[in-house]
Amino acid sequence: MWDYSDKVLDHFHNPRNVGTIENPDGVGEVGALACGDALKLMFKLGPDGRIADVKFQTFGCASAIASSSALTEMIKGMTLEEAAKVTNADIAKYLDGLPEQKMHCSVMGMEALEAAIANYKTGDTAVRELKDDPLVCTCFNVHESEIVEAVRINKLTTVEQVTNYTKAGGACGKCKGAIQAILDRELGRAAPKPAAPAAPAAFADLTPAKKVLAVEKALDKEVRPALAIDGGDVELVDVAGKTVQVRFLGHCAHCMAAALTQDGLVQKKLREALGDDEIAVELVP
Amino acid sequence: MTTEGKAAPALHYLDNNATTRPAPEAVEAMLPFLTDKWGNASSMYEFGGRVHRDMEEARAKVASFLGCDPGEIVFTSCGTESDNHAIFGAVEALGPATTVITTKVEHPAVIQPCRALEERGRRVVWIGVRGDGTLDMDAYRAALAIPGPKLVTMMWANNETGVIFPIAEAAAEAKRAGAVFHTDATQAVGKTTGVDMSAVPADMLSFSGHKIHAPKGIGVLFIRRGTPVRPFVLGGHQEKSRRAGTENVPYIVALGKACEMAAEETRDGTLDRIRALRDRLEAGLLAIPETSVNGNRELRLPNTLNISFPYIEGEAMLYHLADAGVCASSGSACTSGSLDPSHVLKAMDVPFTSLHGSLRFSLSRYSTDADVDAVLDAMPGIVKKLRALSPFGH
Repeated sequence: MWDYSDKVLDHFHNPRNVGTIENPDGVGEVGALACGDALKLMFKLGPDGRIADVKFQTFGCASAIASSSALTEMIKGMTLEEAAKVTNADIAKYLDGLPEQKMHCSVMGMEALEAAIANYKTGDTAVRELKDDPLVCTCFNVHESEIVEAVRINKLTTVEQVTNYTKAGGACGKCKGAIQAILDRELGRAAPKPAAPAAPAAFADLTPAKKVLAVEKALDKEVRPALAIDGGDVELVDVAGKTVQVRFLGHCAHCMAAALTQDGLVQKKLREALGDDEIAVELVP
Repeated sequence: MTTEGKAAPALHYLDNNATTRPAPEAVEAMLPFLTDKWGNASSMYEFGGRVHRDMEEARAKVASFLGCDPGEIVFTSCGTESDNHAIFGAVEALGPATTVITTKVEHPAVIQPCRALEERGRRVVWIGVRGDGTLDMDAYRAALAIPGPKLVTMMWANNETGVIFPIAEAAAEAKRAGAVFHTDATQAVGKTTGVDMSAVPADMLSFSGHKIHAPKGIGVLFIRRGTPVRPFVLGGHQEKSRRAGTENVPYIVALGKACEMAAEETRDGTLDRIRALRDRLEAGLLAIPETSVNGNRELRLPNTLNISFPYIEGEAMLYHLADAGVCASSGSACTSGSLDPSHVLKAMDVPFTSLHGSLRFSLSRYSTDADVDAVLDAMPGIVKKLRALSPFGH
C-alpha cells in the first residue's frame, strides 16, 4: 500500500478533465501499454492564446491518474509559455507529494505536456525520437534528454532516484552504468578513469623482505619450470642490495653448465621479471 | 485506508496466497506457551522437558500431514528460510560441480538463491513454462540428462496463477537421473491433495505456516532421511543439529494445530466448497468483456484465480476494490515495488495488453459468498470507469 496523500486519492477517485477534445490544437502521447503506463493529453487554445480546454486519458496506476488529472487543472488558463515552464516537481507539489518510487508518474505528465506543446508548434508527434538523443533504457524507451531533464529539475544524485523519476533502469538494469555516466557528467564529476596497470615498484626500493618475496615469485614463475625439465631446482640463499645468491639443487648442482645457467637463464629471467638490469646473480655452493 | 465520512466497508479478504487469517484454534493452542509453558525445550529439567514433549507432538502432527517420519521434519522461521536451506545446503553437500535445475516461475525465495549460486559460478538451468503456465517437461528431461551432481528445485503450485506442476512425476524422473529433488510446496500444502511424502519421492519440501492459518514466523523443511544437505543456520544442536536456534515452541504448536486442521480439510469437502466459490467468482468476472484467465484452469489450485482485464492497470483496480473492502493482489509493475510486471505472467507470454491488468483473487476456508458478491458487485463498474479513462479502452 502506497502512502498517497489525500489529494492524490481525491484526483484518483475523482479525476478532472477526462476525455478527448474534437480538433485539439496540441496532442501529446507518452508511455505505452507494454510499459505499464501511458498518457494522452490534448488542449485547445482560446482566442486570448490561453489554454481554454484540456483533456486527458491515462492508462496507469492511481498516482499516474492523479498526476494527469492534477496537470490538467494546473495548466487550464495558462499561456503556452507559462505551461511550458510547468515541471514534474510542480505536479508533485500540487498533489502534496508523491511516493519517491512514483515520481515517474509526475514526469510522465510533464513529458506529455511538452509533447503536446511541441505538437502544437511543429506538428510533430514523436518529439524525443526526432532529436539527436540517444536511447538509454530500451526496456522503458527512455532517452538521454529525459534523464538529464529529470536530474536537473529534481536535483537527482543517484541511479535509484533516476529510476524512480524516469523508470530508466527499472527492469533489466543493464543501462545503470550509462545512467551513472549521465549523472557524473551532470554533477560535474569526472567519470572514474579505468585504473592504469600499477607500475611495479622499483626493485631497489623494496624492503628486504619484499625483495625476497619478489625474487621467490620470479624464480617460481620464470626459472624453476625451466630447470625442472632437466630435473634441477634452485634455492634462494640471500638477497643483498641488487645481488641475489642462489644455490642449484638436483642435476643442476653438478652440471658443468651451472655457470652458464646462472648467467644465461636465472639472471636474465630475474632482470626481466623484476624490471632491473643491474640485478646480479651469485652462485653459492 | 480511511474513507472519510463513511464507515469502513466490511472486509472481504481474498488474498490468501499472500497470507491467511490465523485460525482461532491455532492461536488458542499456542497461547499457553506464551504465558505458563515458556521453558526452553532443550533444557534438562521437567519445566523445559514437558515443553519438548508438546513440541514433538506438534512435529508428529506435521509429519502425519505430510506423510513422513517426524524425524524428517525440521522447523525453520519461514518458507524462505526453508528454501534457502534446501538450495544452499544441498549444493554445498553435492559440491561445486553441481548443476541446479529450477523454473522461471519460482517464488523469489527460490529465484534469488539460484541467482546467487549462478553469480558464484554454479550452473543453473531455468526451465520455462507453456502459455498456460504448465511445466515444459521436455526441457526438464533434457536438463536431467546433464552429467554430474544435480539439484532440482521446483515449486509445487504457483503462487500467482495456482498452476500445479506434476511434482510426483518430476521427482520420480529426478531420482532416476540421480538428482536431489526439492519442492517449494508453500502454496500447495492444504490446498491440494497429493502432498504426501510417502507417495512422492521428493527429497526435500518447504512450506510456511502462515499460508495455512498458522501465524507468521514458522516454516517447515522436510528432509528425507539420507538426503545430502548441510545445515544452513549454524549454532546449537536444536533440530538434531540440522537447524540451530532455540525452538519457537508457541509457533510450532500453532503450526501443529493448523496442519491437523488442514489435513482434515483435504478430506471433508472444504476444498470443494472453496473451489465452487472460486468458480462462481471466475464465471462472474469472465462475463466482463475481454477478460481472460491466466493459467491452466484444470491443473490449478482450487482457491486461486488470476484474471486479466486488458487496457487498464492493476494497482488502480486494487485501490478501487479496496474502497469496496476487497483485498486482492496484482501482477502489475506498480504494485510490486519494482517497475517490472510479474515474472510469472511474462514467462507465460501473457500479452502485454493484459500483463499490467492482472488481478489475483485467492480464497480460503474463511471465504464466503458475501466475499465473492462484493467483488462481482464492484468489478464491472471499476473496469468500466478505468477503461473510460484509458487511451486504449474501448
